[in-house]
Amino acid sequence: MNGQADHQADAIAAVAEEAAAATGHDRHRLLDMLLAIQERCRWIPPAAVERLAASLGLTPVFIRGVASFYSFLSLEPKGKVIIRLCDDIIDRHAGLDAVLAAVTDELGISAGETTADGAVSLEVTPCIGLCDQAPAAMVNDIVLTSLTPETARHAARHLKAGKPLHDLVSPHFAGLTPQQRVHAQVASNIRAPGAVLLGEVPREAGLRRAATMEPRAIIAAIIASGLRGCGGAGFATGRKWEMAAREEASRRVVICNADEGEPGTFKDRVLLTERPHLLFEGMTIAARAIGAAEGILYLRGEYVYLRDHLEAVLAERRAAGLLGHAILGCGGFDFDIRLQLGAGAYVCGEEGALISSCEGLRGEPKTRPPFPVQRGYLGFPTVVNNVETLCHAARILDLGPDWYFAMGTAGSHGTKLFSVSGDCRAPGVYELPYGITVGELLALAGAEDAAAVQVGGPSGVMIGRDSFHRRLGFDDLATGGAIIVFNGSRNILEIVDYYLAFFVHESCGYCTPCRVGNVFLRQAIAKFRHGHASAEDVEELRTLSATIIETSRCGLGTTSPNPVLSTLSHFPLVYAAVTRPAQDGQQASFDIQSAIETARGIARRRSFVYDRDFSQ
Amino acid sequence: MTAPRKARVATVSLAGCFGCHMALLDIDLRLVELLKHVEFDRSPLNDLKHFTQRCDIGIIEGGCCNEENVHVLQDFRRNCDVLIALGQCAITGGLPAMRNAIMHSDDPLRECLEEAYVLSPYVENATHVIPNDPALPLLLDKVYPCSAVVKIDHQIPGCAPSGDIIYETLVQLLAGKFEGFDPHIVHFD
Repeated sequence: MNGQADHQADAIAAVAEEAAAATGHDRHRLLDMLLAIQERCRWIPPAAVERLAASLGLTPVFIRGVASFYSFLSLEPKGKVIIRLCDDIIDRHAGLDAVLAAVTDELGISAGETTADGAVSLEVTPCIGLCDQAPAAMVNDIVLTSLTPETARHAARHLKAGKPLHDLVSPHFAGLTPQQRVHAQVASNIRAPGAVLLGEVPREAGLRRAATMEPRAIIAAIIASGLRGCGGAGFATGRKWEMAAREEASRRVVICNADEGEPGTFKDRVLLTERPHLLFEGMTIAARAIGAAEGILYLRGEYVYLRDHLEAVLAERRAAGLLGHAILGCGGFDFDIRLQLGAGAYVCGEEGALISSCEGLRGEPKTRPPFPVQRGYLGFPTVVNNVETLCHAARILDLGPDWYFAMGTAGSHGTKLFSVSGDCRAPGVYELPYGITVGELLALAGAEDAAAVQVGGPSGVMIGRDSFHRRLGFDDLATGGAIIVFNGSRNILEIVDYYLAFFVHESCGYCTPCRVGNVFLRQAIAKFRHGHASAEDVEELRTLSATIIETSRCGLGTTSPNPVLSTLSHFPLVYAAVTRPAQDGQQASFDIQSAIETARGIARRRSFVYDRDFSQ
Repeated sequence: MTAPRKARVATVSLAGCFGCHMALLDIDLRLVELLKHVEFDRSPLNDLKHFTQRCDIGIIEGGCCNEENVHVLQDFRRNCDVLIALGQCAITGGLPAMRNAIMHSDDPLRECLEEAYVLSPYVENATHVIPNDPALPLLLDKVYPCSAVVKIDHQIPGCAPSGDIIYETLVQLLAGKFEGFDPHIVHFD
């Protein structure tokens, strides 16, 4: 028995050693090693942790600390196949309950469990970027979309029987190209191609232009175009590049942030699927502008199904001389890109956390300053840009800053991709100039009965019909692209509660006000939902929110109370309808009967004060 | 001309240590001055067990750990115009609320009682059972701050708050001038 256990531990250690060797024993690539072990063993066994620790000169507890941070890494055994049903509010509205019931019934396990034979684990996970085809699920490295109870049951039966996973996508999966495989799984749902990204795009035109330009001229062009970051914060892209270029440094790094985790956002998924060359072109241009030789594409773990497709595109570009040494024949223009896969952590979309993750650490944000453009990845000046931003940059180099500047509004130039999902007839991606009103976008998407729209995802704002005339852009309603539509039958407080639950789950835990405050905030909302709240509780919501915003160090904590604050200001009647003045000064949320129930059981008697039939 | 009516004050110690009441007495000779303006109704200081009439101010020490605490606190809310939570236990649950930290148990209350009366190596309890006299009030599932049970109007933080703070607050309240504390005097150390 012991011999067999030893043998197994040796085999696991060999897997760990192979994973470490694949990255040249570079401890900064720890996440890659853990992902490789997870993929092979379906968990991170203790023997693998020990071996990695010895091999990399790290402590086992450090490695466990990193592994425990990410949802997709497990320190406990999991099934050969992990079904992760997307548990976003959109999926719930689209019938997740029935799908989940069908799967649990078929597998005989509930969410969070593994079948006895170790074949299948079932989990739920926050938004996986497929809100336009909800309910959706990840199954190892593939995704299933537009699930019905019937299709979900069929898939569960298929997996339980141990049949090949990829047959679920297509019986000819092995014969498809990586791009065909992606298209067989996910529809891009491009509803409105615009002038910049989703219309006709000539290959490498921007890069060819950039290769003939001085780096300083490239930055000047981006500044002149008025391009702002498309991830949500809207920092001026040209300024960011300029600051990174100005730092004294021996190395510089370009990182593309494809950790599109904001629930309801899926525009980057479409760009990665349909315009990967444009993205890499943009990264290469950024590299030339700031003088970087290395690039990283940080791909969120949920988009693992895009990995082979993107690797194939990178290989194609290397072969064509568009990556590597002397790009396009320009001496000294060296740049290459590696793909860093994430592992299911929303906070890694924050640039500091993303850099930590690339460095093989827990994906926790860094204290700023210094900013990444000063000291980022491994301490070198780093530009972190969103997928869409880099694609825009490539187009600006091709057609010129004036062309781009002319589109949009005074504070927001160019076009923007909007991911529309929820209660509308045509969910998908819309490329439109900045300055379009919410109402116009809703009309395009066929959302006539929209009653509330969440602009920019949970960290953005929720607006009602009286604000549908407002314009999308940095001058009015800023958004990273998520437009989530709710009709009049949806419960606003349920949505707020869901989003708070999301932030509670995704808080990295470093700042107490964020780790604890969001839990309190959710409890306070529960008080409203149960009809126990009084007018003072509204004040309490505002105070608590202000504390969380003021005392958290990264964007998660400074925006997590937004679902509460924006519904308080745009839907005050929702709150007013469920508040009552406290009767007699007593708190309605305090229930003496449930508070003494346990003690009744322990003492085996009733309450002298609160039970009328005490004597019986 | 009659003298202005004295304010009626009631006090109680719930799940506290009486330290806050000691601090109340710690206003020393000013107590004489205070008594020119107030008279005490129900309070451990005069051993009155029930309200004799409606009060202007109720001062609560300690949080709620059992049903009797809840009963008394609700009684105070019904009989007092203004309720003051005095000290950390009344405001947050304080030291008794340490038992709320037994979270990862299926039966935290039983675990707490067993540790206190049966299992701890320092317990001298020849019967080896959890005390269960019918006169003992039932414990709550966890310790609640006063504000979770009734509406609290003012809080005086501290463990215990100093006699000076208590005196100043009462004087300002009686004059109708109390508007909360200067943030500089509220700190944790």
